Amino acid sequence: MHVVRRFCGTSVGRKYIMAASGLGLALFLVVHLLGNSTIFFGATTFNSYAAHLHSLAALLRLAEIGLLLFFLVHIAFGVTLFVDNRQARPQPYAVSTSSGGRTPGSRTMFYSGLVILALLLFHLITVHFADDHGAISLLIRRHFANPWIAGFYIFGLAGLGLHLSHGLWSLWQSLGINHPLYNNLLGRGALLAALLIAGLFMAMPLLGLFWDGFLR
Amino acid sequence: MSAEKINLTLKVWRQKNSEAAGALATYTLRDISTDMSFLEMLDVLNEQLLLTGEEPVAFDHDCREGICGMCGAVVNGRPHGPERETTLCQLHMRHFKSGDTLVIEPFRARAFRVVRDLVVDRTAFDAIIQAGGYVSVNVGGAPDANALPISQKNAEQAMDAAACIGCGACVAACPNAAAMLFVSGKVSQLALLPQGHPERRERALNMVKAMDGQGFGNCTNERECEAACPKAISIRHIARLNREYLKAALSGD
Repeated sequence: MHVVRRFCGTSVGRKYIMAASGLGLALFLVVHLLGNSTIFFGATTFNSYAAHLHSLAALLRLAEIGLLLFFLVHIAFGVTLFVDNRQARPQPYAVSTSSGGRTPGSRTMFYSGLVILALLLFHLITVHFADDHGAISLLIRRHFANPWIAGFYIFGLAGLGLHLSHGLWSLWQSLGINHPLYNNLLGRGALLAALLIAGLFMAMPLLGLFWDGFLR
Repeated sequence: MSAEKINLTLKVWRQKNSEAAGALATYTLRDISTDMSFLEMLDVLNEQLLLTGEEPVAFDHDCREGICGMCGAVVNGRPHGPERETTLCQLHMRHFKSGDTLVIEPFRARAFRVVRDLVVDRTAFDAIIQAGGYVSVNVGGAPDANALPISQKNAEQAMDAAACIGCGACVAACPNAAAMLFVSGKVSQLALLPQGHPERRERALNMVKAMDGQGFGNCTNERECEAACPKAISIRHIARLNREYLKAALSGD
């Protein structure tokens, strides 16, 4: 149990847990994005992708359980770290100025995380666990035609982009990967990937909202 | 360039002792020479306070040449003030304009108790060093410089890490009041040198344990520490600390 205690109970151990679970979630995002990109090719392609995915049944359940575990770990450790870190400076500064290290993404990790969680719960309830036996393309088309729902997705995905803009770089540093040879690549790559992932996801509610031919 | 004279408004954190509640007090300073260092400016303030019968502002300082790590305060939200790679004692008043208001606060962290005014107790750093920031195995007498089995690259990096003066600006700058940069400096320095190798595993485990035990926060890679560090110690050393810790945590006792 020494190893578990070293990882769950120390600052550096918890950093590894946040980074590893974050990397797992990021990989899921990429797979989810690739799959859902079939949306751009019309209703037939998208429905066929969904049918193929669901035909994996047991394998899919297994992946879902793993994913749930990653989410729970990332959220539980994220929240406890946030609370711990607030307590580490009981008296705040009267004037607080950045020395130049922080980014909009790094400042807002906890809050953008909450936004992602809200989107995730909404998405799970209204899509994943929806009591709807029609074609998935019809459900998504109906959802994204609603400006409130589409707007909420766009807001949530902006939060995701912000979270990734720090997270996709930060996780490498936490895992101990930092070298002048490729630091630039990691930093810029993280920003580009965050923009790409959030942007492509965001294109879906945007198209649903403004394009009549969406998922027809 | 001849010295100018500037007028300043100072808002200085005054706190009688660790238990007392503190508050910012406002003072006006006239005709401060821009050739003065920041600490000399505080000396002038204290002379002025003594004349009016008020207690002088307590602040730490020693060498006043940027190498001892004693001085340090947060000026307008930045540890050691606005100049990069500069300790407070090496910060000169020419970087300020007449009419500026300077808010001067102590380094703030749960692990750094305020002793009085701008003086904080940084013995938490000593406790971390005592937990493993040394080499206690017999490495023999001083060998011939060129006989040391160490590459130039590693020697340079170890030297960069060893530049830490232990001032605590990294903790003060960190939004989480984490001490990761300080700890990584020592762990990294000794991990890069052959003399540090026999104890590297215990060192990583014990120093991280001591750091957590002293009440510092957790690093979230905000990078404020390296930006505020007067010795420009890179977070590359934190990545090395992480690797050292991982290796140590996964290997048996």
